[in-house]
Amino acid sequence: MEQPLFQYNKPGRCVTFEEYRAEGGFGALAKGLMELTPDQVQQAVIDSGLRGRGGAGFPTGKKWSFVPRNLPGPRWLICNCDEMEPGTFKDRLLLEANPYSLLEGLALASYALGVAHAFIFIRRGYERAAANLRRGIAECRSAGLIGENILGSGFSCAIDLHVSAGRYICGEETALMNALEGVRANPRAKPPFPAVKGLWGGPTVVNNAETIANIPGIIGKGPVWFKGLARTPEGAGMKLFCLSGHVAKTGCFELPLGMPLGEIIEGPGGGMRPGSRFKACLPGGASTPCFTAEHWQIPMDYDPVAKAGSRLGTGGIVVFDHTTCMVAATLNLTRFYARESCGWCTPCREGIPYVNHVLETIEAGRGSEEHIAILRDHIKMLNNAFCALAPGAMGPVDGLLRHFMDEVQDHIVKRRCPLR
Amino acid sequence: MIPEHLQTELKLYVAAAVTPREAAVHVMKELQRHYGWLTDEAVTEAAELLGLSPLQVEELATFYEMIYRRPVGRRVVHVCDSISCWAMGGESLLQQLAARLGIAVGGTTGDDNFTLLPCCCLGNCGEAPTMMIGDNIYGRVTLESAEEILRRELAADAPQRFGG
Repeated sequence: MEQPLFQYNKPGRCVTFEEYRAEGGFGALAKGLMELTPDQVQQAVIDSGLRGRGGAGFPTGKKWSFVPRNLPGPRWLICNCDEMEPGTFKDRLLLEANPYSLLEGLALASYALGVAHAFIFIRRGYERAAANLRRGIAECRSAGLIGENILGSGFSCAIDLHVSAGRYICGEETALMNALEGVRANPRAKPPFPAVKGLWGGPTVVNNAETIANIPGIIGKGPVWFKGLARTPEGAGMKLFCLSGHVAKTGCFELPLGMPLGEIIEGPGGGMRPGSRFKACLPGGASTPCFTAEHWQIPMDYDPVAKAGSRLGTGGIVVFDHTTCMVAATLNLTRFYARESCGWCTPCREGIPYVNHVLETIEAGRGSEEHIAILRDHIKMLNNAFCALAPGAMGPVDGLLRHFMDEVQDHIVKRRCPLR
Repeated sequence: MIPEHLQTELKLYVAAAVTPREAAVHVMKELQRHYGWLTDEAVTEAAELLGLSPLQVEELATFYEMIYRRPVGRRVVHVCDSISCWAMGGESLLQQLAARLGIAVGGTTGDDNFTLLPCCCLGNCGEAPTMMIGDNIYGRVTLESAEEILRRELAADAPQRFGG
């Protein structure tokens, strides 16, 4: 099995600059700058079918194509490494093992987009990853791979690192731009979309770290090769899946997009931990409606997961066993979102704490049928929030009502949590 | 007052940024590293360095989970309470730690050594439950290993505070 991202990894340490180069690293950057035009690099990314790995799954090349040509003034590229979606730790493991694929990808993407200054926005807590990036940027700069006149091509691009101070909303791309500008990180209205008016008012592309790290492979080995890595006909590439919760072997694994859920849990995950039976999982991080055993065969790719009523999200699979109360698990998730709501818009600021209160009431054994109706209303109403945080918060509530209504009813009828 | 070398260092950092306020989070973190928390004095100093009003700095400072606008102990123990850690017993770890330190969650020990705070996902979900002290992340934490970690953190010469 090919692993375009993890192929450079060394056990227990970060790959060195020399090793990465000796094993073919930065070959794609040389190829891109010397043999391809920026448009050809962009076309290769479009042809590869690469979709954003940060959660929304938007086609990367298409996102790039929205940047208007020939607008005066600087344009910007931001790598979103504000990985704060609970259950997700892929970008951290990627960068702790190898910062170079991301830096090479950033240089290639900057070339394709005509960007002279790219930023990596990394969260607080990822200090080792940040240290690797800082060292990697310095190494690349002295080797002529970042900075002025890269590899003698005439193309110049600076890369800077911005280390944040912890807040989930900073991962939302317009809030992220505010955070980077040093403004309170509330989201911005769309339109105008960042591709037209983003960072400091200039055209801006925001891509997830895993997305950008996949660019060197696409340019080096070609879009056809990349597309062929996935297990579904419409899919493209490998994906970093994170396994956490009650599986035997937790961790982050680079697997073909479209590998069935059950195969991921049984294979790399080693099945459930001893004594545990599978009950449910969040397929793609905290904002995705849960899957149950009936979804065992669903190919873990964007469209099949969406068709099955959830989202591939970040690929952070959080597994729950038979001892888990799904009302309590959902309550934990809404508590997270209530705390992380930036307070900018009323539906989110007021709505999520209310949903949280209702779930608390049900979990405490004081719930009634009315409460279920309130939850249903809010799943719809919170779609009116300003950004995607509140609809995301309602994802798990939606999953709870669709797949575990009997368990919710059990709380109401027995007037206590049946699992505690 | 921050020492002159830090003042100079931060001025250079601000000057190198695309706009001064782009450096705001970095400046707040460095001042917090110096004072232990972002004091009122630090807010004024940050405002001067960034060309902002103290209120504008306040607006940013109160937004971030890991900028402390109230006094904290020499080491802040952040215990993750998000979903993967919750599934692996993070809730009881936090309560046990509070009992062991003799404080309520959010409180600071009488000797000023530790402040205990719950926090959002630390991106260490495969090694749950997780806690962070300074720049150090600890995974698969039990009450026993937590006590050992606290002892080691206490023995370390200088407390590790906010990273860059």
